[in-house]
Amino acid sequence: MQQPGRAAEIKAIGIGKSFGSFRALDDLTLNIGRGEFLTLLGPSGSGKTTFLMILAGFVQPTVGKLFSDGVDITERPAEQRAAGMVFQGYALFPHMSVEANIAFPLKVRKKSAAEIKRRVAEMIERVGLKGHETKLPAQLSGGQQQRVALARALVFEPGVLLLDEPFSALDKSLRGQMQAEMKRLHQETGTTFVFVTHDQSEALALSSRVAIFNHGKLLQVGAPDEVYDRPANRFVAEFLGEINMLPLKGVKRADDGATALCEDRAITLRGNAEAVNGNAILAIRPEHMSIAREAAAGENGIAATAVGSTYLGAATKLDLTTRQGAKVTVSVPNEVAAAALIKGNSVWLTWPAEKGFLLPDGG
Amino acid sequence: MRGTLSDRMGAALLMAPLLLFLVLAYAWPFLGVVKWSVTLPTPGLGQYGALATDALVQSVFIRTLRIALIVTMVSVAAAYAITMVWVRGSPAQRIIAEFCILVPFWISVLTRAFGWVALLSNRGLINTWLQSIGFISEPLALVRNEFGVIVGMTHFLIPFAVFPLASAMRSLDERVLLAARGLGSSRMRTFWTVFVPITRSGIIGSAMIVFVFSLGFFVTPAILGGGRSVMIAELIYLRIFQSPDWGLGAAISVVLVLFVGALMALLFRHVRPKQLI
Repeated sequence: MQQPGRAAEIKAIGIGKSFGSFRALDDLTLNIGRGEFLTLLGPSGSGKTTFLMILAGFVQPTVGKLFSDGVDITERPAEQRAAGMVFQGYALFPHMSVEANIAFPLKVRKKSAAEIKRRVAEMIERVGLKGHETKLPAQLSGGQQQRVALARALVFEPGVLLLDEPFSALDKSLRGQMQAEMKRLHQETGTTFVFVTHDQSEALALSSRVAIFNHGKLLQVGAPDEVYDRPANRFVAEFLGEINMLPLKGVKRADDGATALCEDRAITLRGNAEAVNGNAILAIRPEHMSIAREAAAGENGIAATAVGSTYLGAATKLDLTTRQGAKVTVSVPNEVAAAALIKGNSVWLTWPAEKGFLLPDGG
Repeated sequence: MRGTLSDRMGAALLMAPLLLFLVLAYAWPFLGVVKWSVTLPTPGLGQYGALATDALVQSVFIRTLRIALIVTMVSVAAAYAITMVWVRGSPAQRIIAEFCILVPFWISVLTRAFGWVALLSNRGLINTWLQSIGFISEPLALVRNEFGVIVGMTHFLIPFAVFPLASAMRSLDERVLLAARGLGSSRMRTFWTVFVPITRSGIIGSAMIVFVFSLGFFVTPAILGGGRSVMIAELIYLRIFQSPDWGLGAAISVVLVLFVGALMALLFRHVRPKQLI
């Protein structure tokens, strides 16, 4: 979106997009920092892909402004923005060899034959496609096509690389490999990456920041640990991974946190400044809860009974029911789960005060 | 796809009625024509020898090829534009394009040829109109020559050229075009370097259909050529029904069929049949 080789900084201000009466995107304001790896995460129809298409210039926003390095590019056509783009399904040119695909953006820019040759060779080396130069896309595996798509999108050193669910067609092991490769390419090129996915683990693993969308609205933006550990609302909390919800009563703000009653037991929360007074929901990730015979005085804990389990290899997912009937899932070592599962064995669920967080009641 | 032997036997059995019909309706009569060409008026290859030296036959052959080539280029180019509107246009544009493609099929080739005569002749609509606005003083020779034949044939063949192109354009992934633009390519450049090459199989299929079709055209050149622009099919007709020189007519027919057969063989080596539909 600017001179090649320099990562772009993008500002979206009040972007909205309607298709007829359907609001695909609603009042989105977001800054994408120079060289950052931002993931747009959300279920299908959440507006994340629409926003990516607006960034690429394929879709015109109904309202709002888009700036790249301070320049208004809202009206600029896609071919003049020249953001690198990797499509779902790759969209390689089927009639061109690997080499010709990667050379395309350079030819469009009227680079000299010698420069094109050098940069294409460099790029082929970088994405590990040596020996495949003259093959057609149809002769390549999914992972190789993916590499061609990445090489083609990066060869002209765009200020920003846009990726639309690039790994959705790959099997799991290849996916992990390509994710690692993409992270490496991000570090090597220093370009701004904007990545669309509906896979939360992919989002958390890759990004420097994650933007979570639902129903056309941007719900939260933050570093992966920030959005995972301190989600802004129930949707974000649930979308980013399994989470237990326990009703709280009598929430009172205290120094550096809050106190409350959970199933008639006093508990404490730490580090949650936005604590609400009165009733609320306590949210805790399964891996942050443990099983104990007793809860020590002052320790957060409630009594529960194990009702089922799922063996996951490295650990066991244990399903429990609390005395007041709330369902809770914890992830515990296999032998702990086995002990807890002995019929009728009542156990204690405990968690550190800083791992639980409050969500507004009903929200 | 290659199945097992029994699969292929099954497929052959399913096609048997059609094959039988083709043999009875085309191959058997054609063998009769081949027989005439080597037996009439006297047994031997004399008629083929005559073909090789007959200046009239050769000039008609060359004219036929020339007209077929021009008609093919114009038809495919026009069909390409119409098909783009049909496949990629707005809903209203699609309906109009579809109408333009289908309506010609409902009107007989004879009616259409006379329609063109009415438009193009010396006292036809175009000449009288051009004269009345003072653009020309003498009528233009638009019919009873090659020009008229080409116009009439192109008009007839455009709809046939549309279908292979439509199939190629429909199977094209829209994202490939977006990708080209996203990589900095203008709409024009995307059209020429991405859209056209990807629909190449459709262009080849379309061109072959039109070309082969136009080689055997009879009614349109007979009416719009007015006997001055004789094409090969009309020559065969004249040899068999008017001269009557059945042996020579049959020999020309055999050469034409072999020529078309060779072209089709060439076509199927480059594009698979399913890409033509």
